[in-house]
Amino acid sequence: MPVNYIPTGTEYFRFLPEIILTLVATAVMMLEPVIGQRHRSVLPNLSLAGLFAALWAAVVAYSNPGPAFHDMLLIDGFSTFFRVLVIIVGILVVFASGQYLSREKAEAGEYHALLLFSIVGQCILASANELMMVFIGIEISSIASYILAGYLRDDKRNNESAIKYFLLGSFATAFLLYGVAWIYGLTGSTNLTEIRRILNTREIAPSLALVGTSAALMFVGFAFKVSAAPFQVWAPDVYQGAPVPVSAFMSAGPKAAAFAVFLRVYMTAFEPISDRWAPIIWISALLTMIVGNFAAIRQQNIKRMLAYSSIAHAGYVMVAVTCHSSIGTAAAMFYLASYAFMNVGAFAVVTHFARQGEQYLQIDEMAGLAKRQPATAALLTIFLLSLLGVPLTGGFFGKFYVFKAALDAHLVWLTVLGLLNSAVAAFYYLRIIVVMYMHEPGEATESLQPLGPGLKTAIWISALATLILGIFPAHVLNFAGRSADLMMK
Amino acid sequence: MNLLDILIAVPFIGFTAVMLLPKSNAGAAKMIALVIALAIFVGSLALIGPVAASKGEWQFVTNVNWIQVPGLLPGEGIKYHTGMDGISLWLVLLSTFLTPIAMLISWNSVTDRPKEFFAFLLLLEFGLIGVFVALDLFLFYTFWEICLVPMYFLIGIWGHDRRIYAAVKFFLYTMAGSVLMLAAILYLNFKTGSFDYPVILNLLASGKVPLTHIEQTLLFLAFFLAFAIKVPLFPLHTWLPDAHVEAPTAGSVMLASVMLKMGTYGLVRFCLPLFPNAARQNAGWIVALAIIGIIYGALVALVQPNMKKLVAYSSVSHLGFVVLGVFSFTQMGLDGAVYQMLNHGISTGALFILVGYLYERRHSLEISAYGGVATAAPWLATVFLITTLASIGLPTLNNFIGEFLVLQGAAEVNFQWTVFAAIGVILSACYMLWMYQRTFFGLMPGQTADAGHGHSAGHSHGPAGHSHDPGHDHPHDHGHDHAHGDDHAHDAHSHWHMPDLSLREWVAIVPLLVLMVWMGMGSQSFLPSIGVATARTLEQSKSNIEYQVKIPSAVPQQTAPLTEAASAR
Repeated sequence: MPVNYIPTGTEYFRFLPEIILTLVATAVMMLEPVIGQRHRSVLPNLSLAGLFAALWAAVVAYSNPGPAFHDMLLIDGFSTFFRVLVIIVGILVVFASGQYLSREKAEAGEYHALLLFSIVGQCILASANELMMVFIGIEISSIASYILAGYLRDDKRNNESAIKYFLLGSFATAFLLYGVAWIYGLTGSTNLTEIRRILNTREIAPSLALVGTSAALMFVGFAFKVSAAPFQVWAPDVYQGAPVPVSAFMSAGPKAAAFAVFLRVYMTAFEPISDRWAPIIWISALLTMIVGNFAAIRQQNIKRMLAYSSIAHAGYVMVAVTCHSSIGTAAAMFYLASYAFMNVGAFAVVTHFARQGEQYLQIDEMAGLAKRQPATAALLTIFLLSLLGVPLTGGFFGKFYVFKAALDAHLVWLTVLGLLNSAVAAFYYLRIIVVMYMHEPGEATESLQPLGPGLKTAIWISALATLILGIFPAHVLNFAGRSADLMMK
Repeated sequence: MNLLDILIAVPFIGFTAVMLLPKSNAGAAKMIALVIALAIFVGSLALIGPVAASKGEWQFVTNVNWIQVPGLLPGEGIKYHTGMDGISLWLVLLSTFLTPIAMLISWNSVTDRPKEFFAFLLLLEFGLIGVFVALDLFLFYTFWEICLVPMYFLIGIWGHDRRIYAAVKFFLYTMAGSVLMLAAILYLNFKTGSFDYPVILNLLASGKVPLTHIEQTLLFLAFFLAFAIKVPLFPLHTWLPDAHVEAPTAGSVMLASVMLKMGTYGLVRFCLPLFPNAARQNAGWIVALAIIGIIYGALVALVQPNMKKLVAYSSVSHLGFVVLGVFSFTQMGLDGAVYQMLNHGISTGALFILVGYLYERRHSLEISAYGGVATAAPWLATVFLITTLASIGLPTLNNFIGEFLVLQGAAEVNFQWTVFAAIGVILSACYMLWMYQRTFFGLMPGQTADAGHGHSAGHSHGPAGHSHDPGHDHPHDHGHDHAHGDDHAHDAHSHWHMPDLSLREWVAIVPLLVLMVWMGMGSQSFLPSIGVATARTLEQSKSNIEYQVKIPSAVPQQTAPLTEAASAR
């Protein structure tokens, strides 16, 4: 029977978010020279409109789930969850960037276009069911992120950040690609479902050592993207050097998407050899938590501290991955969602506080913020308490659920060590609260302007989402659980 | 929605409302917070009747689903399950009773961000009531952690010199203990499929969910560690003197009177009934630590030059009695322990309030900065004396009943325990009376036999005129350590000023005095309802002993094939 290469309407419908985002991103680039300087403010609004349309499309696409383009993509609950998440992160970042770009005098269309392209890549990652699509998605997402990291091209730190990110990133992607080549050679397929079927069939399953090598090579690539130890070294430098809204974006969106594909590959294709890779991820999870938490204690620069904290949080998600159960996958999904909100929120406050040229980034400079801007300080406190894992915040419930999943998977030691780690984390998050509430306002705090409307929107939405995920987590968790179940079946 | 739910909701609503008030109107914020706290107290009085009349079953029960995720959280998921018995009842009342008092005593002394201060007291009350009535382990943990946040801010923002160090230490200690408790809660959930305390208790006690000896011991230790840090049990007490000394008066009061009881309450409520076997097996060294704490706390209190530190170490000593009573596993010991929790809350709360009164007058916590206060402020001295006598356990005052019951309960088990613990009672008389003598009698500092040099009157509520340390340029940062030295510098020029109790101060302290006498003379108003609840706890902590005894018999069966194999070889 001849293969029909012409996609059907349903397939386009399932791919609609990516289509919308690509079109809008292209339009933003095309429009910029046409509309001139005066109407530049159209561009962020246009990209916001595009993101909202894509959000709608991603939600609607779930009404008719299934594969698209010959099983290259798979639109299921899992991919919908992450598509919605990365698009919402994109919306928050656009809200948070407006003020930043105007004060750095860098309001160019390409910023928004790159952001949208990066989100397209992440959407593809979320729904990829095929190692080639994984590679394409990672490349689209990463290349846009590399440029964004160096967006302020006259800034030395931006350049350093971009170069470092690019060199190490492409190196890691090479490992990933090599792993893909291995598994293709071993199984003759790049389709995740097919690989799983072959590995599950005893007669045709290739040698475990070779499959293991392939899984290990791909682990290097994914671990780099999610900044898991021992491949986390790039993260602090890159996050510190990049513009703050871009750091916010990179620590939430690409990370969530990378975890999405990490989960999908390891929970479907490599699921048959899970007892082989689980111990490696066990060690990596523990190392990631320890490195992140203990290094964060010593940081003076808040961006760098948040970078280490994001490594530590990747460690908690890795704990959930180690479970290789549907409950663990659901825990990871929930954790990434709450982490995205609290981290974008925290970075948004830093964006507000840093001011032109990011001159105020030392933690000590936030002294007395609670006296000058009590609302801003209170919101940052919510994010920090959530990152620290105090009940009634999304961060706590996420952590709670991750460790519940770990115990259900009999990972008692990892649970105990992870929980002790989260007590260590209290130390550095509390320090910011100490400085904001218990020190007298300094020069940096006194000269602080009120919050702009865009940042205010981003921060309030993040805070509300953090609290809702903490107090009423059932809906999101329920959805995550059902889609994790379906994916792993 | 029963009365208890309203009593939990109102402080939280109050906290939000007070926080949202404009900064300019601090007076109104304080007044609103006080009115809310008083209303909660009056409302909570209505809890007494039904609980006292009950035969031990939970009262004011609310049991609704909170987080329900079929398939992901087994069983009924996480529930909002609250209810109270005789133990919870009095601790809730202690919280609702002391919160308005804590507000009253801070009325003038808190000048920096008063709105937030009063709001945090309401948030603390919310958490405390919740801790004492939560019957779902997840809910319990939630409230447990919520209590940390306002207390952290109370110490950290409004405390003395080393407040930040103390606040962070307080937070980290408690956090480190409580994450292990969280692990234990998760493990219990993993075993039983539930977070609901009565359900878990039933499953464990009936043997439907058997725990091995090691499991039970480890779970017990995880819970115990969290509670022991909070109590605090020797040698985990080191955060307490720091937190107490550095906290503002209201913070010390709430911390000593109510928050420490979270730990002892947890021991009675969770450690004993859930893991009776492990609790009994480990009782030996726990009691030993408790007795060491009693004597050590008293000895260290004896040599403290700082009043607050003295009272803090006396808390270590007093709480040792509570732990001793709990782990005596006798009806009297448990009754005494619970009663002692309340007594300590009242008398130590009163002591901290009175020390706070002294501090407001003289801005020093050093005992050596005082002397002859009785001459200048006779009423203050009288009230202080009554409280001191209550604290050392004078018959007819409250502590006597509690300590007596604990000692008698301990004697039923091991008379030596009683002997050693009684040393603590004697020592408490030494350090308390000695402090009283040095503070209230004798000559004022800097005073020679004939002349009355004194201290400036302008210091009653004064900002830190003395604080020369450039690192501490905070308006509320009095810095008692160097304040003392400065006082002497001023003494030569200024007057000793020690006004007697003001009306507001009377209003705050009289209820506590009344309770000291009432609880000492009329313990029958309290003990029966406590006894019903402790009797049930005791019953539960026995009930699965027989079952647990069977466990060792199962071990030889498992090892039997091995020995057979060995002999066959």
